[in-house]
Amino acid sequence: MRVFVLDYGVGNLFSLRAALEREGVEPIVSAELPLEGEFAALILPGVGHFTPVAERLGRIRDRLWQWIAHEVPILGICLGMQVLFEESEEGAGGGLGFFRGRVVRLPDSVKVPHIGWNALRMRRRHRLLQGIEDGAWVYFVHSYHPHPADPTIILAEADYGRTFPAIVARGMLFGTQFHPEKSGAIGRRLLRNFLAIARERWKS
Amino acid sequence: MPSLTLGLEAMGLTKRIIPCLDVDRGRVRKGRHFLDLRDAGDPVVLASRYRDEGADELVFLDITASVEQRQTMRAWVEQVARALDIPFTVGGGIRTLEEARVILYSGADKISVNTAALERPALIRELSETFGRQCIVVAIDARRRAEGERLWFEVYSHGGRRPTGRDAIAWAQEAEALGAGEILLTSIDRDGTEAGYDLDLTRAVVERVRIPVIASGGCGHPAHILDVLTVGGADAALAASVFHYDKYPIPHVKRFLRERGVEVRL
Repeated sequence: MRVFVLDYGVGNLFSLRAALEREGVEPIVSAELPLEGEFAALILPGVGHFTPVAERLGRIRDRLWQWIAHEVPILGICLGMQVLFEESEEGAGGGLGFFRGRVVRLPDSVKVPHIGWNALRMRRRHRLLQGIEDGAWVYFVHSYHPHPADPTIILAEADYGRTFPAIVARGMLFGTQFHPEKSGAIGRRLLRNFLAIARERWKS
Repeated sequence: MPSLTLGLEAMGLTKRIIPCLDVDRGRVRKGRHFLDLRDAGDPVVLASRYRDEGADELVFLDITASVEQRQTMRAWVEQVARALDIPFTVGGGIRTLEEARVILYSGADKISVNTAALERPALIRELSETFGRQCIVVAIDARRRAEGERLWFEVYSHGGRRPTGRDAIAWAQEAEALGAGEILLTSIDRDGTEAGYDLDLTRAVVERVRIPVIASGGCGHPAHILDVLTVGGADAALAASVFHYDKYPIPHVKRFLRERGVEVRL
């Protein structure tokens, strides 16, 4: 099963690639987004700054819509999730707007960037969360987080200065504010769940 | 029992326990006063063991002396990144953007800089602007200095061997202003002694910066970690020998901390 990882050309994708390989899938990493037909899933990685990444994605927006229209499972990680929203306090430029709402900075009352392990608080049951319990620890590295217009997309939250969405999902569109590729056994489980969703759809 | 420094503002964030591995030509060694070295194994094997035990992150310091032999760095960093699914930092001799890029693109989550940043502080800004603040750790090695009634902490470069005349607190603040994402603060006086962290040094820096501080140097017992996370106010505690030789395995240390009110990932 082949999974496409979009390279924005701004950061380290080694860990994500290694995590996918450990799950037995073949990651294809490239800056050129192909047509969706040959891939079981798409991952938008979590590296870089909002404005240049949003700009880059904006140019391939129509093609991305094709992936969404064909219901290919898409996982956005950290910034890769934030650009799925409409706009961000991190910088100018429009996000993809596949999720409604904006991305805001963490409050000044806490040290930013937020770097470290936090516990997830589950808000909804979902296949993506199978085998992951309330209170499970995951690893965050971020200064911003989304503020969805539609709170029903929030599957899990975490607390740092305030409560913020840690996992969001709607249809085949998924996002995590933390880094599953760096979150030990819990992260592995979440990636495995995502890939199981992709595999099932791929076979059918 | 709530600890002294875990206020509401830190709600949810755990204190991190970070084993440190010194790597010389691709092999892990343990520094004692940065000098006499003892062999302790393969980086991938040790790293995986620490991950399984519940380490929150790992720090690797490459102490290979010669520049030619440092070419091996990329190879072991990649091997570690392939095996490890928790974050890790690599430091030791990184002097340029290009060297940092090689290490980060080989799979390290963060790089740490020390002497090169002291010699040319703008390096911190360049690294931060290129790779993002979150992956830039500035390592500071400091020693106590008493001048009359005044106690201060002097920064040392070149692996703790060369005094710089700089004040550690001022340097930490400057590093933050230039774009450091974290400070890795080592007490040279305590390093290798297992007599406990330098709480005064740690507290002094923690109180004057707004980025996370990783305390290092002197850990010999779980109580030392408790002290540096509470009294010292550190965000993370780094230790080497206390974990390397199974004196106090990480789960033991974490239970010890949790029983005393420090939130840790267990």
